[in-house]
Amino acid sequence: MSGYLAVLVVVLIFIVIFQIAKASEYVSILKGEKKARQQSNRVNGFLMISFLVLGLIGVYYCNELLRGKMGSGAASEQGEGIDNMIMWTLIITGIVFVITQILLFWFAFKYQEKEGQKAFYFPHNNKLELIWTVIPAIALTILVAIGLRHWFRITSEAPKDAMIVEITGKQFNWLIRYPGKDGQLGRKFFKNINEATNPVGQDWDDQLNKDDYMVNEMHLVVNKPVKLIIGSRDVIHDVGLSHFRMKMDAVPGIPTTLWFTPKYTSAEMKKREDNPDFVYEISCDQMCGSGHYSMKANIIVETQAEFDAWAAKQKTQFGLAHESATPPAAPAADSTQKAVAVNVVKH
Amino acid sequence: MSNEATLHSQQEVMHGAAAHGHGHDDHEHHHEGGFISKYVFSMDHKTIAKQFLITGILWAIVGAFFSVLFRLQLGFPDTSFPWLESILGHWAKGGHISPEAYYALVTMHGTILVFFVLTAGLSGTFSNLLIPLQVGARDMASPFMNMLSYWFFFMASCVMMTSLFVQTGPASGGWTAYPPLSALGDASIGSKIGMDLWLTSMALFVVSQLLGGLNYISTILNMRTKGMSMTKMPLTIWSFFFTAVLGVLSFPVLLSGFILLLFDRHAGTSFYLSELFVAGKALSNEGGSAILYQHLFWFLGHPEVYIIILPAMGMVSEILAVNARKPIFGYLAMVGSMFAIAILAFLVWAHHMFVTGLNPFLGAFFVLLTLLIAVPSAIKVFNWITTIWKGNIRFTPGMLFSIGFVSTFISGGLTGIWLGNSSIDIHLHDTYFVIAHFHIVMGVSAFFGTFAGVYHWFPKMFGRFLNNTLSYIHFWITLIGAYLIFWPMHYEGMAGMPRRYYDYSNWESFKQFGDLNHFISIVVIIVFAAQLMFVFNFFYSIFKGRKLTTTNPWNSTTLEWTTPINPGHGNWPGEIPEVYRWPYDYSKDGKDFIPQTVPLSPDEEAAGGH
Repeated sequence: MSGYLAVLVVVLIFIVIFQIAKASEYVSILKGEKKARQQSNRVNGFLMISFLVLGLIGVYYCNELLRGKMGSGAASEQGEGIDNMIMWTLIITGIVFVITQILLFWFAFKYQEKEGQKAFYFPHNNKLELIWTVIPAIALTILVAIGLRHWFRITSEAPKDAMIVEITGKQFNWLIRYPGKDGQLGRKFFKNINEATNPVGQDWDDQLNKDDYMVNEMHLVVNKPVKLIIGSRDVIHDVGLSHFRMKMDAVPGIPTTLWFTPKYTSAEMKKREDNPDFVYEISCDQMCGSGHYSMKANIIVETQAEFDAWAAKQKTQFGLAHESATPPAAPAADSTQKAVAVNVVKH
Repeated sequence: MSNEATLHSQQEVMHGAAAHGHGHDDHEHHHEGGFISKYVFSMDHKTIAKQFLITGILWAIVGAFFSVLFRLQLGFPDTSFPWLESILGHWAKGGHISPEAYYALVTMHGTILVFFVLTAGLSGTFSNLLIPLQVGARDMASPFMNMLSYWFFFMASCVMMTSLFVQTGPASGGWTAYPPLSALGDASIGSKIGMDLWLTSMALFVVSQLLGGLNYISTILNMRTKGMSMTKMPLTIWSFFFTAVLGVLSFPVLLSGFILLLFDRHAGTSFYLSELFVAGKALSNEGGSAILYQHLFWFLGHPEVYIIILPAMGMVSEILAVNARKPIFGYLAMVGSMFAIAILAFLVWAHHMFVTGLNPFLGAFFVLLTLLIAVPSAIKVFNWITTIWKGNIRFTPGMLFSIGFVSTFISGGLTGIWLGNSSIDIHLHDTYFVIAHFHIVMGVSAFFGTFAGVYHWFPKMFGRFLNNTLSYIHFWITLIGAYLIFWPMHYEGMAGMPRRYYDYSNWESFKQFGDLNHFISIVVIIVFAAQLMFVFNFFYSIFKGRKLTTTNPWNSTTLEWTTPINPGHGNWPGEIPEVYRWPYDYSKDGKDFIPQTVPLSPDEEAAGGH
């Protein structure tokens, strides 16, 4: 009922606006084309300058309103570089934005048609054009230079002592594998994949696989670089780490990597963000199907001691797979099914 | 000089041919003046332009309505809308859009608006309408191909429309249709028959674009009237020319990408597929590269955004000059910057792929080339602003939308400098920041260019004016609404909020924007209503609008206003007028405007003319 009412109201508003519009057209014919044009010119000229003023106030107000919702800044060393770049880019583009918008709307207002005013025949001016070719070129060169410095630093080889974690996307959750004590991930092959016992397709003949363990929640050590080995089992996903300002696609058949150094433990972040529920989240940032929006995993950043204690408690996937070989499913379901359950809540 | 003489004689031949064409028509008496040949299978470029425009408007309503539907989900995730179930059936059980339906709506919204509205609806309409009229030709180089161009678009539209009604739904893997998601029906319900229909439709669409584009290029190069040298062409024509060149060179690459995708889907090939485990079993495909598709796609996909924005730039340049009563500032710089943009458009595609695992060294070149595009864009913006400086501005609806275009082009263009810089892109890639950026710079801006064009050339198309008051309301609601919708999205993006999410309420990092999403959705509904008002104004004015009393309502210099109010096929009843000067002699030598057809005065001759 209220739906029909809403439609009715909208239609009525339409009709009223339309009647006014039609009436004003008749009036303008009566008044004469020139006079009507002058009048609407004045109205629109005034609206131009009002839009400029209110718009700039709006930009400021919007910033006040939303600034606090963007979080407390980057939580990784590399991310701080990116935040810094964003700041410089914001300053440069912000200045250009304000100047050009002011000129545009102010000129529109100032040079609106007036009786007796003549437009200035000004077809070109080489000096002016040279100025606004060269200045943007210089500004952009600076931005490119700073940008590429960060880019090459971020995409450089990970430090030798970096911790290695493998993360594999699948519809619709993340499979996280640690290399175990030997620090090396074992071989895997997609045809070995077994949903219940071997979610990433580890090759059990490879000795390196014997101590690899899989978890639902990624644990990282504060101030220690971590290198993620990223892959996908089915479609393209993307490991999105908004707090660390990091992102990399997970492409089936083509492993990718990224590395960064977390700066704050999860506990520290709860204080920094002033949010007791704060948690580092891995979001999927590449459209991957109907559950894309729910493809989440959490990261815990902790001290080395906390991490070691946690790592010691983890069971190897090899162990789980072979233990469950006799009575199938039960414990192995641990690593995959639970993750699925968590992520499919909405389904 | 001898060249021009040849050109002239060629045109004489052409006139003869046109006359002959008419004679030929007489043979087929049942077609002569018939409804079918006049309005349906018409070869008149003006009718074809109207066909593109009206089809584009219908698609725009569908595409925009889809965005209203998915904004309902984003803005009111907990509210049930029973009427949704009435129109969408099991796609919206209990009044909630399902995730599958949400992704289908998002995908179709993108596809429809990028390709069907802002490519076909924009350059299809105005290239067809203005190229012959402004260069002084009786019709396109090949009117028949031109007609086919529309009907291929029409077929593409039919196939795409059909895909909305199949049981498994339309394509739902995003308008970019990245494989493997788009290749495997098991990975997504939208990748079943809906994806095949999508690919078929897009293939037909590419054919339409090529037929149209080749025609535009050959008409501009070969069929200009006497005296219309390339540097005397209005900037609109230059922009349509570069647009057509971009389309002709890049659409075939897209088609090849689509054909390989079809092979992967149905012929068991592995161009894009490798090492997949889907729906509980390992597939046999090995050795393909999912990234290959992205290269093929974005090799069109990036020029595509210039295919969308260049015509808008051209029309805005023209409309700003006419209504500021001033010549466009820096005509040659404007042409040069469009040329630079057209070249660079082919060299920046991988900036869409900075986080795909692209070689960082290669990425560095794409950063450099991408930011280089900002230079010609900046030149254009400064030239537009200088064009209105010291003008005598008439705020016609077309002028308002042109000023709006410059404003949104600045706002959206500047954030391109952020995203083009790969290190910032790592953080902002695939977030709402990107949504804000490209909606402002190529969505809203291109729409403003289209609206400016429609308001400005509507009198030429239909011999009537649109209602002014409705036009002003339309402009102000759209400008304010567009900023209210997209400006705050930058903040969501800076927080890392990913795009294409059905629901954010489970995310500790992003759920703080629930109120904002609510606000944005409300504005979307209001702006959508304002667009419906424009549609009403458009169709109402075709039949009931105020009639033109002069042939040149805006006191414009260009050739299209030398034709009769309702020109017939062939455009000029007599000889095609000859051109003596550039199209921007406004407020020169104390005269308000001097049409292109007026010969140079002795004084101007002495000054070297223009």
